[in-house]
Amino acid sequence: MALLEIQNVTRRFGDFTAVDKVSIGIESGEFFTLLGPSGCGKTTLLRMIAGFDLPDGGRILLNGEDLAGRPPEQRPVRTVFQSYALFPHMTVEGNVAFPLQMAKTPAVDIPAKIAAALEDVRLQGFGKRYPHELSGGQKQRVAIGRALVTHPTVLLLDEPLAALDAKLREEMQLELINLQKEVGITFVYVTHDQTEALALSHRIAVMNKGRVEQLDEPSRIYGFPRTRFVADFIGQCNLFSGPVASRGSEGTITLDVPALGPVRIATDSKLSPGRPGTIALRPEKIRIRATSGDGADNHFRGTVADLLYLGDVTVYRIATAGGVRIEALLANSQSGSAKFFEVGDAVDLSWAVDAGHFIEE
Amino acid sequence: MSGPPLLYLLLFFAIPSLIMVLASFRSPGEFGGLAPFLEDGKVDLNLDSYARFFTDPVYAQIFLKSVWYALLTTLFCLALAYPLAALIAKSPQRYRDLLLLLVILPFWSNFLIRVYAWMIILGPNAALARSVNGALAWFGHEPVPLLFSSFAVLVCLVYVHLPFMVLPLYANLEKHDQALLDAAQDLGANAWQRFWRITFPLSLPGVYAGAALVFIPALGIFAIPDILGGPGDSLIGNVIKQQFLETRDWPFGSVLSIVLTVAALALAGLAAWIGRRNLGAPSSAKQARA
Repeated sequence: MALLEIQNVTRRFGDFTAVDKVSIGIESGEFFTLLGPSGCGKTTLLRMIAGFDLPDGGRILLNGEDLAGRPPEQRPVRTVFQSYALFPHMTVEGNVAFPLQMAKTPAVDIPAKIAAALEDVRLQGFGKRYPHELSGGQKQRVAIGRALVTHPTVLLLDEPLAALDAKLREEMQLELINLQKEVGITFVYVTHDQTEALALSHRIAVMNKGRVEQLDEPSRIYGFPRTRFVADFIGQCNLFSGPVASRGSEGTITLDVPALGPVRIATDSKLSPGRPGTIALRPEKIRIRATSGDGADNHFRGTVADLLYLGDVTVYRIATAGGVRIEALLANSQSGSAKFFEVGDAVDLSWAVDAGHFIEE
Repeated sequence: MSGPPLLYLLLFFAIPSLIMVLASFRSPGEFGGLAPFLEDGKVDLNLDSYARFFTDPVYAQIFLKSVWYALLTTLFCLALAYPLAALIAKSPQRYRDLLLLLVILPFWSNFLIRVYAWMIILGPNAALARSVNGALAWFGHEPVPLLFSSFAVLVCLVYVHLPFMVLPLYANLEKHDQALLDAAQDLGANAWQRFWRITFPLSLPGVYAGAALVFIPALGIFAIPDILGGPGDSLIGNVIKQQFLETRDWPFGSVLSIVLTVAALALAGLAAWIGRRNLGAPSSAKQARA
């Protein structure tokens, strides 16, 4: 049995089902992320683990024990709030000491534990400061140190980096990974930021409309999205939908995509001809060339409709003859040359049969 | 500060105060009021009235009793207003305005009428006195009068000043961030600990503001002891009123007023100082942690 078992948990608010029969098992020492757009139920689920909200159905077990009867203050679970929620009338030390005092830690042991917690979050020497004297990143560290000082079984993090600027966010992501490795505490992380989820997590549960759409490792979530929603939500993705035209012999399917034509895809799906399917194709898997390509499996011609120069890469949007827009990405690895193509250039698109991922619908 | 604010302060505070200070150094007139300032080439300026205040212990006693009554009023108001203000602050938004309106509703009727109403409520034939004395008789105790007593004065003082405590407390509590209480609970604090460690320390500015708004007017009040008090319930406000209107000893009345003003200013200053210290200034940590 997993450390934290979420079994068939449902939560309704009036007619709205915020969390719909969700079952997740989170292992000890795992960095687990609940990822989804706002309103998908991820924060409601987190609040139910913390005890601020109770499920209408299902159970939440920690170490095999049902948490239903325990109020938040009696759960071995700590939360890092999005707003940090530092106590403004206490110093950093006072904030970190608070959970120790609540746990009736002997007063003689408290200073050493505070020092250790502040060292964990790299805030030595900040103990006497007040929250209003700290930067956003420092406040974030205090909130994490305060939550970790009593060594909870599970640490819940509710979009903890959302209020930080991009550069600091990246820095804090690396620190969170290291911190989690160091303390070995199970992290349950809530975010709507897919790059953050991919960067931090051991496993991700992608949530939509109260349900878990896919629960997998980051590389599998990105490479093998199980639903249209996951493919669309995680990163950029071209989605080609249409009925199955034919099934090839060596584990391929040909999809008849309206306005584009037949697209071949490698899959072990046994979908019979006529049934609808979708191909998810990442922009970086597409080859763009000026001249007609060799014998690639999938092959289309089009013109550059617009492009987005992002520095390291350029995103091209190609309009095919039938009017389908395909997004392709080219790394600007050649120094000096900013772009390979201009708007209006005729280009040739191709990708291998195993470049995309087939989704049954 | 300049322009209209300065003019206001000059007109309504500085000049009247100055007149009072001058009056306190003069002699009472033969038929009340003030003796002539210049008579037979002699200027009438002396410390007689101050000497009287500081030598006759009865005035200091009354003054201390007034401070005591004002202090009790403040504490009872705080005890009653805190739960009420917290309740209003926690109510759904659509009820808050109505509840606040109910708090200030008494201001719509005349102050004296409200004080006289207590004469009826506390009167010997009213339900309250009957039930209290009925209960006392049960235990073989002599009946006690509720009206014309320190009890009546204190009850009415608390009643009249309660809104002045509720409003600043509400204004403070209403701004509290629920996330802080959630965090405290998450970190292991039960309801009692959440109140004493988070809500109460953060509400101190509201407590000090309310305490100042109750304590200072309660210190100088004279109508309530006049109407509801017994013979021994005269407060400093009554003595001042008596000096000006009945004895017509204006210099001594001025001395008493000045002592009252200085005491009120000193206490207000103290409250403001403590309040500032607790607004998250770096020196307030010791108190919050204690």
